[in-house]
Amino acid sequence: MTVTVNRSGPGGPARLLRAEWTKFRTVRGWVIAMTAGALVIVLLGLSSASGSHASCDNGPTEAVCPAAPVGPGGEAVEDKFYFVHRTLAGNGSITAQVTSMTGQIRKPDVTPGVRNVVPGLVPWAKAGVMVKQSTRQGSAYAAMMITGAHGVRMQHDFTHDVAGRPGGVSKDSPRWLRLTRSGDTLTGYESTDGTDWAEVGTARLSGLPATVEIGLFAASPGDLTVTQGDLGGSISAARFTETTAVFDRVDLEGETSGDAWRNDDIGVTKAPDGSSHHPGRAGESGGTFSVTGVGDIAPSIEGQTVERTLTGVPAGLIVVIVVAVMFVTAEYRRGLIRTTLLAVPRRGRMLAAKAFTIATVTFVAGLAASAITLTFGTRLLRANGNLILPVSWLTEVRVVVGTAALLAVAAVLALALGALFRRSVGAVITAVVLIVVPHVLATTSVLPDTAARWLLRVTPAAGFAIQQSIPEYAHVLGHYAPIAGFYPLAPWAGFAVPAGYAALALGLAVVRLRRRDA
Amino acid sequence: MQATIEVTGLRKRFGPTVALDGMSFTVKPGQVTGFVGPNGAGKSTTMRVILGLDAVEKGSALIGGRPYRSLRTPLRHIGALLDAAALQPSRSARNHLLWLAHSQGLGAGRVDEVLEQVGLTSVARRKAGGFSLGMRQRLGIAAALLGDPPVLMLDEPVNGLDPEGIVWIRGFLRSLAAEGRAVLVSSHLMSELQDTADHLVVVGRGRVVADTGVAGLIADTSKGRVTLRTTAPEHAMSALAPVGATVTVIEHDTLIVSGLPAERVVALLNADAVPFSEVAAHRATLEEAYLDLTRDAVEFRGATR
Repeated sequence: MTVTVNRSGPGGPARLLRAEWTKFRTVRGWVIAMTAGALVIVLLGLSSASGSHASCDNGPTEAVCPAAPVGPGGEAVEDKFYFVHRTLAGNGSITAQVTSMTGQIRKPDVTPGVRNVVPGLVPWAKAGVMVKQSTRQGSAYAAMMITGAHGVRMQHDFTHDVAGRPGGVSKDSPRWLRLTRSGDTLTGYESTDGTDWAEVGTARLSGLPATVEIGLFAASPGDLTVTQGDLGGSISAARFTETTAVFDRVDLEGETSGDAWRNDDIGVTKAPDGSSHHPGRAGESGGTFSVTGVGDIAPSIEGQTVERTLTGVPAGLIVVIVVAVMFVTAEYRRGLIRTTLLAVPRRGRMLAAKAFTIATVTFVAGLAASAITLTFGTRLLRANGNLILPVSWLTEVRVVVGTAALLAVAAVLALALGALFRRSVGAVITAVVLIVVPHVLATTSVLPDTAARWLLRVTPAAGFAIQQSIPEYAHVLGHYAPIAGFYPLAPWAGFAVPAGYAALALGLAVVRLRRRDA
Repeated sequence: MQATIEVTGLRKRFGPTVALDGMSFTVKPGQVTGFVGPNGAGKSTTMRVILGLDAVEKGSALIGGRPYRSLRTPLRHIGALLDAAALQPSRSARNHLLWLAHSQGLGAGRVDEVLEQVGLTSVARRKAGGFSLGMRQRLGIAAALLGDPPVLMLDEPVNGLDPEGIVWIRGFLRSLAAEGRAVLVSSHLMSELQDTADHLVVVGRGRVVADTGVAGLIADTSKGRVTLRTTAPEHAMSALAPVGATVTVIEHDTLIVSGLPAERVVALLNADAVPFSEVAAHRATLEEAYLDLTRDAVEFRGATR
């Protein structure tokens, strides 16, 4: 007899994937549910964005909030300090001895209505010498500084920070700071005696113009206090502080135009009547400068983030989990799994093809949903007056693609659980408890920060870290907690956690499928 | 490729129960082989072992000389119908066959061919969940035919079919065997295989009880038996019993006489003036042959597996 079957066709893996894809697309309920899951992400995201309005009060009237200054790296920055400076043309350097650094901090009022101000320095209070492109907020700079509790530092362009020697300053142990400019390269030095100099670091400020501002500065960020709420969660508050540094033996080398030092309170907050709110100040007598500053020179971590538009993802994820579980348990329920195993006796490959199919379908749906939501959600937020912390397009792509990948990995985990349990309800509940519940617990005001961080390290919910667009900065004191959108693991490290869970569950499912009679 | 199934020494236990106890037989091409035995005799387990679904402790099952799990496009080697209800109810008949076809590297054209072959073309795009048992059986057979395999194996295909469907499937199986395919059909009722099977593998308690051709089996069972139709059965019995005949009443006017040739029966009845309307050499049914074969193993009926 002759077997008259066309033997040309796709090879093994392609055949399996095509068969599983045909299975998926021919059950209308699954296609509709997956589409609905994507729509849930879009609609929840856009509706929360359209409901979020922001405005800034300008005396009696409300006004559009001013845009935050943007640093050379494109990030939103805080650029607020007192600057005593001159203009430097070409190469040159500034040297100064810091003999004192003191400050005051406003603490929570003990007697209501009476300001409770105590002497002291916040850890990242900073004062020193600086070369800055211009007095425009957000322009490039490099600075050598003494800090409240982190010793000598060299910082540049807001996000870069290099540690020098630890310790503070006093009359008995002053610190010398020096910053030299040579072309695009700024080099920072420190010394305890003005004779022996140690290099702290260098910074390349590419495109730095020939003429720059050079001088002394002081800044003091708000005092951050985080208190645990009664029902878990936490409340953070920042209160006014200022710092005053005393500089001696200031020496400028290079071609400085004019002979007067100019004082600028960069970025000072203006009250509605035009007066400065918490102004800084400076004075000079006999070559000794005293500079008092308020504010910070650092990347801003306060504001809306692009990923805030993706609030619908956990809800969409539940739908994805249900579909992924059904994709395998429906076969067990009807005994169709035997038909599948007749067609594909290599069981591991069969399950792998199934996992790949549901992952691809979920990825495509998730990619469309998160791209639409992020694009239009951020537009809506901006249109409603919200300030969104800008991020590079690469970061936006990572957030969108990472969200889709997270959904896909969760789908694989759910599918593997379905294959292990062979029952829909148990598998769906387990998957939701593993992925969605920890995320909800950790990012709402339910758990203390420590517990929330642990949940986001050890459960598959760690994968949501892929959505974090603003990194944690070691040199900026912030409330880096899950509730504020900061995850304990780096984006891809966090993503690796659910990926590991999915791989493990799929492996166990394959072993079980191979060992048992179908 | 040889169109055969070779089963050798299968042993399998479910806990303390022995399911397969040295099951061995061969299914040859060009004929329909009936796979018969009471429920729990090991038919379905054997079929699942052949199809690589269940593992065995000992023994081998080969399709055309190869174990099922080594086949890359198995549906082109063997088509099987195990459970006609194994369908995703919301998927159409055509789409059910389509994913199976894709898994074997076959196209939609082949799907339409088998739908036509089993007479489901007009309902191909309807959801399989709404199908009657008969339509599901046809769909299951279409799936078995998809890869145009040289070997077919059907577990209780007649179950739940209407009389028209039973006639159809018998003819269909015969035509498949006539094309040179090896066809194995299981049943727990021997009568279902009447006029269908050429060969029988009778099983009980996990092993083969008889492995024989149908024609010879019926001849053996019929041998020495005479059907007698009479209006006076008691009179006939008293005439025939004293000379050593065994007489069984099967209907009020029909007796089976064994131990005497037909001519002797006629002579004895005439001598005693017993009225009769018919004396004929008996043609046994497959059911009788089966009962004969399994008489020694009646305890099967009490066994749970």
